[in-house]
Amino acid sequence: MFTAERVAEKKDWLSGRDHDWEIIIGLEIHAQVASNAKLFSGAATAYGAEPNTQVSLVDAAMPGMLPVVNEFCIEQGVRTGLGLNAQINLFSRFDRKNYFYPDLPQGYQISQFEFPIVGEGEIEITPEGGDSVIVGIERLHLEQDAGKSVHDLSPTETFVDLNRSGVCLMEIVSKPDMRSPEEASAYVEKIRGIVRALGTCDGDMEKGNLRADVNVSVRKPGGDLGTRCELKNINSMRFIRQAINYEARRQIDILEAGSQIDQETRLFDNAKGETRTMRSKEDAHDYRYFPDPDLLPIKITQDYVDAIKADLPELPGARKARFVSEYGIPEYDARILTADKAKGDFYERLAKGRNAKIAANWMMGDLFGALNKASIDLDDSPVNSDGLGGLLDLIGDKTISGKIAKDVFEKMFEGGAKTKESASKIVERDGLKQVTDTGAIEKMVQEVIDANVDQAAKVADNPRLIGFFVGQVMKASSGKANPQAVNDILKKKLGL
Amino acid sequence: MSDLTQLSLEAALAGLKAKEFSSVEITKAHIDACMDAAVLNTFITTDFENAMKSAEKSDAKLAKGEGGSLEGAPLGIKDLYCTEGLKTTAGSKILGNFMPHYESTVTANMKADGMVMLGKLNMDEFAMGSSNETSYYGSVVNPWKNGENLVPGGSSGGSAAAVAANICLGASATDTGGSIRQPASFTGTTGIKPTYGRCSRWGVVAFASSLDQAGPITRTVKDSAIMLQSMAGFDAKDSTSINKALPDFSAACDKGVKGMKIGIPKEYTMDSMPSEIEDLWQQGIKWLESCGAEIVHVSLPHTKYALPAYYIVAPAEASSNLARYDGMRYGERIEGDNLYDTYERTRAEGFGKEVRRRIMIGTYVLSAGYYDAYYLKAQKVRTKIADDFKAVWGKCDALLTPTCPSSAFAIGRKVVDPVTMYLNDVFTVTANLAGLPAMSVPAALDNNGLPLGLQIIGRPLDEETVFAASAALEKCADFTAKPEKWWV
Amino acid sequence: MSDKNTGVTAETVRKIARLSRLHIEPDRLEFLADEMNGLLVWIEQLGEVDVTGTQPMTSAVEMDAPMRCDEITDGGMQEKVLANAPKSEAGYFVVPRSVE
Ligand SMILES: [Mg+2]
Ligand SMILES: [Zn+2]
Repeated sequence: MFTAERVAEKKDWLSGRDHDWEIIIGLEIHAQVASNAKLFSGAATAYGAEPNTQVSLVDAAMPGMLPVVNEFCIEQGVRTGLGLNAQINLFSRFDRKNYFYPDLPQGYQISQFEFPIVGEGEIEITPEGGDSVIVGIERLHLEQDAGKSVHDLSPTETFVDLNRSGVCLMEIVSKPDMRSPEEASAYVEKIRGIVRALGTCDGDMEKGNLRADVNVSVRKPGGDLGTRCELKNINSMRFIRQAINYEARRQIDILEAGSQIDQETRLFDNAKGETRTMRSKEDAHDYRYFPDPDLLPIKITQDYVDAIKADLPELPGARKARFVSEYGIPEYDARILTADKAKGDFYERLAKGRNAKIAANWMMGDLFGALNKASIDLDDSPVNSDGLGGLLDLIGDKTISGKIAKDVFEKMFEGGAKTKESASKIVERDGLKQVTDTGAIEKMVQEVIDANVDQAAKVADNPRLIGFFVGQVMKASSGKANPQAVNDILKKKLGL
Repeated sequence: MSDLTQLSLEAALAGLKAKEFSSVEITKAHIDACMDAAVLNTFITTDFENAMKSAEKSDAKLAKGEGGSLEGAPLGIKDLYCTEGLKTTAGSKILGNFMPHYESTVTANMKADGMVMLGKLNMDEFAMGSSNETSYYGSVVNPWKNGENLVPGGSSGGSAAAVAANICLGASATDTGGSIRQPASFTGTTGIKPTYGRCSRWGVVAFASSLDQAGPITRTVKDSAIMLQSMAGFDAKDSTSINKALPDFSAACDKGVKGMKIGIPKEYTMDSMPSEIEDLWQQGIKWLESCGAEIVHVSLPHTKYALPAYYIVAPAEASSNLARYDGMRYGERIEGDNLYDTYERTRAEGFGKEVRRRIMIGTYVLSAGYYDAYYLKAQKVRTKIADDFKAVWGKCDALLTPTCPSSAFAIGRKVVDPVTMYLNDVFTVTANLAGLPAMSVPAALDNNGLPLGLQIIGRPLDEETVFAASAALEKCADFTAKPEKWWV
Repeated sequence: MSDKNTGVTAETVRKIARLSRLHIEPDRLEFLADEMNGLLVWIEQLGEVDVTGTQPMTSAVEMDAPMRCDEITDGGMQEKVLANAPKSEAGYFVVPRSVE
């Protein structure tokens, strides 16, 4: 029996009438395998097709129809399991979970009950404004998705579309290791990042390709576990946090009123921001799991697993660590730059052969800032890694100053996709090259000194006045003069 | 020209090839026989028009010296096989006028080989029964009678009766606990349940997935070999289909049993069993000995537990397999006050008494708290039964047993008590639990002039030995008796 | 197996019937309980068999699952899928309302 040792940080406690409360959270994530065909049939899985056009006779559970396993789905289960640092089971089996519902054509869901393909594992999450936390993975199993029930096409009937029926889902079950809504959403973000990096699921929550069931209970901090309620099918990070907050409060109110929590499944209403009970007690389920006699056990070899392991891509966690060690950038920057694959790839292209720290600053500062303001995705940024790289090179070889570079970047970003002008082209065109020719600078310096004779006289007693002269010269050169050169020549001429 | 309905399938196919008669002629002859035999209620749906059309096509092929292994032969199909464009009922009300848009792999094989399909044969509802009395479409009457009307056995009662009454040259059937062999024994016909996995289950309405197997019911052992050759074969659409080349079943029939070791399992007897069945068994032993077989006495200690284990496993699988009949996507829907009520009324009115009984038992043995005590226990006993067989294969090549503990009984006699009805399958169900090939051969008439069968059980995938031993039995028994045509 | 297994009551039958989605008139519950108990008593001979260390047999074929490759080979037959539906509309199956 699991006992939740870890006690939440005080900041995550909820205040109560006589004492504080701690939230205990476990998640079941359903992630749709990115396969072309369904788990047990050859019908397509693409999103948004006309109703019942991606349905085989197997998916519609016509009499005498039989399932045959899609090998790709087995492989994605194993890949994901490896990504979760989890135990891969060489023997697994499909069972039938029996219950009646109009969008469940067979009258049972083919799932894995006794022998899932993936066993225990663990991952590290870093919640917003908190320290890293290790979250245990209980299991990952493969199962069929159900069809879709549409209730708004008729007031008195339900319309059923079986396109989704039979699509392969990975159900990833966590241990009850989370203690705050932030940890829960960080966990989902982490899982999403992993499956996307692995390419086993596209992680699209809007389309419901990744959705979460959240198990919530409350307890006196460090005390005995309370009765949990399951909140079904929540499909956004915001809703996950909302639902947990609401549900925890609801349970605390019940307990403080002296009654008990009934273990039940509840539905989160995004509109109202509250949860409500889903099934009547009378309808208590008894799923009567038993091995599906239409299917045979799934036996894979260690060699098969090792082969998959061998071509596993680098996962966000590992990449973050590498960015810190290889590029010497801070943990914080590394986390942001590895949040998703696109960012990481962009950064690695940019930092290659350049000052990695400056590259990170420019990407997280100017680039992300501009993208946010224009709300554009990194993928369609008007300034690509070569473009930004070219700009950094001009700073690097002192062709332009950092200050000028910011203007150039703006021009590149505006001109953007259309013109795709390189930094050097813009610098050339607008004559923004830094003036390093000492002759020209001496001339400017001399003019400034001549124009401010009395100030020049005071410099001897008050050396800090040199700043005034530097400013004047830079102004005269409209920022193009090499500041270092200006300094040196001024000092010489003013006899400092 | 002699009565074309008297021929064996083998003789008919030879006659068609030799153009002694046409497919149209022999098909017409069987259609007439079928119309005369309406009282036997063997068909749920006939398809005579298309039968005549495909007979003409077959004749065209035969004329060119072409055609498949069943070219032009009028056959019947148990109504458990889904047939494209022809109503399929599984003997149940709940499927209503269900019209498949697909063809079962087995019937597709038979059609590809030139079968002329006369229609869909009556059967126990969802193949749950041993007397054909659970069919929503009414009981089938056994062509054999002694005064009163008798059951043809079940669940493939329509198939067996139609073959016995010379309405079809042969018929497809299915066997989950004895549904091919018991009706064959009751009607003086021959039938084989091959090794589990030989025939594809794709497109055959499921009763108990781990036990269901397709097979033929015919007039002779050779006829069964010819039909099974066409029906069987690997099918990638069925995960439990065996990917092994088929041996030549017809050739196996002529192998003989010289030097073959035939095991006699002492447990295949019952207190209530008539002595004449015991005697027939002894006779069978002598026959095989006389053909050069060596008799060895063996023991299958868990035999008596096969039937109770079967009545946990089969209903459990059935309770889940039949969940899809809910009135939502096809079949009958009885509208209720709400969704839940619609489910309950559709299924309560759509399923017959025996099917409801088995769904209830199956649901119970899988339900929380009872799974281990019943379902898991039964699956372990099933292992014991399979192990019993594995042990005897070291001592013998095949087993000889009675097919059933009785001959055909009167319609209505056993419906009252389920257990007495279930006992019909006591000798046949073991082969289903272990997945073994087994065949029933008509061997004699009992004192009431009713047929009795003997059963040959073989090793997994060794249908050849089963055919060889069965052919030897058939030769010695020389069973030529026919029911008198009282129904015309 | 313990004797509780023959203790199918009218309430058990009601629960099982509900799980099975089979309508049963209340006045039939007792009769059906007796009938089920009759069958279970007979089935319980299995109690005599010692199965310690025996693996359950879940299939009659001793092989591993065959697998399909991930190709779209099926679907695209809306009319066939809906052809036998008691009610359908606009490409959907139409069923009694499944939510309040
Ligand atoms: Mg779950
Ligand atoms: Zn699930």
